[in-house]
Parts: sequence; structure tokens; C-alpha cells
Amino acid sequence: MAQEISDKMIDELEILAKLDLSGEERERVRKDLGQMLDYIGRMNELDTEGVEPLYHVMPAVNVFREDEETGSSIREEILAGAPEAVDGCFRVPRTVE
Amino acid sequence: MKEILRWPAAELAQKINRREIKAKEAVSAYLEQLYALEPELNSFVTVDEEGAYAQAGRIDELTQSGKNAGPLAGVPVAVKDNLCTRGLRTTCASRMLEDFVPFYEAGAVERLRAAGAIILGKTNMDEFAMGSTSETSAFGPVKNPWDISRVPGGSSGGSCCAVAAAQSLCALGSDTGGSIRQPASYCGVVGLKPTYGTVSRWGLVAYASSLDQIGPIARNVEDCALLLEVISGGDKRDSTCLDRRDVDFGRAFARTSASPQTSPQTSSQASLQACPEDVRGLRIGIVRDYFDEGLDGEVAAAVRRAAQQLRDQGALVEEVDLSLVSYAIPAYYTIACAEASSNLARFDGVKYGYRAGAEKGLHPMYRRTRTEGFGTEVKRRIVLGSFVLSSGYYEAYYEKALRVKAMIVAAFDKAFSRFDLLLGPVAPTTAPLLGQTGDDPLKMYLGDIYTVSVNLAGLPAISLPCGLDSRGLPIGVQLVGPRFGEKTILQAARAYEKACGGFALSPMTERAEKKGGMKV
Repeated sequence: MAQEISDKMIDELEILAKLDLSGEERERVRKDLGQMLDYIGRMNELDTEGVEPLYHVMPAVNVFREDEETGSSIREEILAGAPEAVDGCFRVPRTVE
Repeated sequence: MKEILRWPAAELAQKINRREIKAKEAVSAYLEQLYALEPELNSFVTVDEEGAYAQAGRIDELTQSGKNAGPLAGVPVAVKDNLCTRGLRTTCASRMLEDFVPFYEAGAVERLRAAGAIILGKTNMDEFAMGSTSETSAFGPVKNPWDISRVPGGSSGGSCCAVAAAQSLCALGSDTGGSIRQPASYCGVVGLKPTYGTVSRWGLVAYASSLDQIGPIARNVEDCALLLEVISGGDKRDSTCLDRRDVDFGRAFARTSASPQTSPQTSSQASLQACPEDVRGLRIGIVRDYFDEGLDGEVAAAVRRAAQQLRDQGALVEEVDLSLVSYAIPAYYTIACAEASSNLARFDGVKYGYRAGAEKGLHPMYRRTRTEGFGTEVKRRIVLGSFVLSSGYYEAYYEKALRVKAMIVAAFDKAFSRFDLLLGPVAPTTAPLLGQTGDDPLKMYLGDIYTVSVNLAGLPAISLPCGLDSRGLPIGVQLVGPRFGEKTILQAARAYEKACGGFALSPMTERAEKKGGMKV
């Protein structure tokens, strides 16, 4: 039973995934996603009633550390790898008109 | 092949520490081999000749002043290109990170350097470790050194290829769903995926954080154990990294220093610890449901011969049903893609990596950058992951997968109440031809059927060469242990290796020698 992937769903996925899914790409996503959802949907054959979702395989405890400053300033090193930097900050395209 | 290229890691390090040869000689021999075969194999994205000689110089200075330069002194290691290396380009084989130069070092790489190892370069892989053939790389596919018309497997294809072709003595890979074990199997080398939390993931570019684990790739079991010992251990910078004390894998398995003093972990291992190569009394379960339809006949036969080999040496080998096998891939791809969609959100063209030009506005820039920067397979997984985490589908897919994962973990727990190790194939076939899998993602995903559940359960597992098929391609056998069962795995692996008389490198290594000979 093929899962229908509507245009509306793809529009929403574009926003969530921050990808342009237009033209050819759109049809590929429709086909691939439909096929994968059919396939992973076979999990529904399994009765998981009463089984808790398992997030961590290891007994998970939150790991805290003291909120202390360590090392030296790495601002320059970080900014050196940025596509665009100005005045010690990342530069991005205009965000408000 | 040059004599120096034949020495195992421990032996090479010993000769360098004893000043019988220089680290620089080892580097130059390996670089020569690397460059000679690289045009055919494409196993490296970046070769760090300058860095390698600089590190070798430091090792030689240390040894000249009479100091021990570490257990891996002068040992060349190739590092998968999703592990950050300070000052050395780290691309994840993606256009997105084509020019990314990290200013910090991955925890595992720090440990390697501290042990005296020499990083030869960064190995090619599937883009962001997403793939099983090393064909999704933005830097072109890697070839299998046993047959260059075939894939080396993936995603750690470059690392496994480099070891099989003696371009490097050892390598690091990462394994999220089989990405160390499957290419190790296709390339005829030894690859180990440790228990989740054994090796720090600090500096490993995340694919699926709850499944990712860094591990060693080597020519033989002892080198694999030595490398594992070096990279294992606690790291405060990775909160999932455990402070394991039982990480003396190399020492426990070195032939010269085998000592019965190691305290046994469980009673069933008590008698075995005394003699690391002994499998007498070891309970090994052959996973029967891995031999159902889909498994190539030659692979099945070779894996069964490996089981028989262990039985002949005194292991108690029986069949066991693991169940749930056909649900492992659906659960794995749901969880892995969900985590990938979240982890890869960081690539937005602002902080590092690629940025699409000439876009007006922040959001169009994000979208353009990601659309142009990521390859098809990465986008495919981000889309699936975004879908299964989205409102309205989260419970049906993502939470369902976590429940299936709980059942898979329980099935392993049950099997390990009866067995010390589980044995099965690594992959359904030997290495496929290049260009065969690209258009059919599902077909590629199905090849991960025997490896993914190990990641879901956080277990350790090794891939060992167990013969060749009729085309001369390597076949791998997988040994899976309970959590923290690396020593038992290595012990059985050593016993098997010894019974086989060792594992062969790819025939290409001999051809390189002839080529080199002609030059002279």
C-alpha cells in the first residue's frame, strides 16, 4: 500500500529540512520517500504494545560539569572558518527588511 | 612489497623505539606505496605528507634521546575524513565541507598522536558516512583493491581500501550501521566496531549520535586490538563516552605479554583469559535467521566453514534464532535518518563550510546552501528524517522504531544469556560492481541487514576475512559480543586467525612492488 506524498507534504518538508525541492528533485523525493515509508511501515506488523521506546542503550544519566571557563578564547579561530565574518561576528544576509 | 611494509604495528613500533629503523623510513615507504596505488584506488581525500614527516621527525627525536615514543611509535594510520584533524582539511567527502579546516582534534586522533602514531592522511568515504559503497563521495568513488571494477564497501571504504592495499598500516573508521565491518569484509581486512561509548566521539562529525562509534581497521587481530586500546577510554567532552577500565586490549592479546593475572569479567571467561588464543569451551551461537533467503551461497558456505573451524578448536557452536531480523533495517533507517536530519541542521552556510552566493535573505541562503552543498543520498536521508520526526508522524514512525529497538536489544540479551558470542555473515554478498546500487537506495539499505542491529543494541562486533569467493573476492565473518565483550571477541578472532594461518593483503600490493621494481 503506497503512501501518497502530497505537494503539501513536500512543501512542509522543504521548510523542515531547509532544502529546495523543486523540479526533478521534487519527483525524486516523492518516489523515494513513498518507497521508504512503505518499507519502514513494515514495523507496524510488530506488536509493540507495552514496549517502552528505548532512547539510550546505556543506562543514561545526565552528565554535569562545573560551569567553568576552560582554555583560551577561540573567537579568531572560529571566525577564520566562517564563510563571512565582520567585526568579530558571523555575517549573514539581511534578516529583516 | 617492501619488507618494512610487512611488519605488524607492534613490531614496527618496537623497531622504531629500539632505533633499529627511523619513523621517517616507515613514512616514506608507506607514502611511496600510497602514491603508487592512489590513481587507481582513490582511497584518500587528503594526503598529509608534510604533517606525516613532521610527526615522524618528532618520534625520531624522542627515540634518539633514548625515550620511548609510545606503543604506536611511527605507525602510519589513515584517518576517515569525518574525524576532525587540527589544521588538516576534514571534508566528510562532501562539497559542504570541501574547504573546512578544523581548529581542534578529534579525541581518538589525539590519543593516536599521543601514542606515537603518524597520520598519513584523510580517507575517502560515503558523503557524511551515508552509504554502503563509498560511491556517494563528492570526491569520486573508491575502488576495491581486490578488483578495481568493484566497490570497497562503505562508508569507511577509503580506510579499509588503504589497509588492504598497504597504503597505510592501520586506519580509523566509524560505524553507524556497519560502516567499518562491511567494507572490512569487502576488502579482506579486520575491522572492529566497539561497544557504544568505548571511544570518544568528540570531533567525529555526527551522523546518528546514538549509533555512531569510531573503531580500528587493521591487517590482523593483534594490530586491531592494539589500536583499539590506544583510542579507548573516557573523555569529558563526550557525555556518552564511558570511563572503561578494561581497555587493555592490546596488552591482553600481545603474544609476548599474555598474562593470566587479568581479572575475568564473567565466570565463563575465567579459564579463557589465561590463554588468549584459546576458544575451548567458548559458547558461540550461529545466527540461523541470517542464513535465510538473500544470503549468497558462497558467503554462507565460507561463514559456516569459519564456524566449523572454531568448533574444531574446542568452541561449543550451536545455532540460535535471533528473531526480528527483517525489522532491523526499518528501525535503523528511521532512527538514523531522524538523528541525521537533526545533526545536519548545523550546516547552514553561517559558521563554517560552504555558502551559496548571491542569495537575498537568510532563509533563501540556508536553503540554497544546503541544496547545493549536500549530495543526493544525504538529502534523501534528511528528508526522511524530517518526515519521521514531524508532528503527526513522530509516534507512528520514530517512536515505533524506538520500541522495535527495545525488542531487538531484548532479543540480543536473551541470546547472550546462552552464548558468549554470536557468529554470522557481515554482508549478504561480496563486493558489488561500481555503479550498481546508486539508483535504488532500498537495495543498498538491504545490504546492511546483518550489521545494523548491532548498532541499535550498542554491541561490539568484528569483521574477519574468512576466504574468497569464486571471483577471488574476500568474504567476511562477523563475531558479535555482549556489551563490553571486546576481549572475548578478540580472543576468538585471534584463535580463528591463527588457525587460518593469517590473512592476506590484496594481490594489488604485490603488483605495486613489480611496478616499483620496473622503475629502478
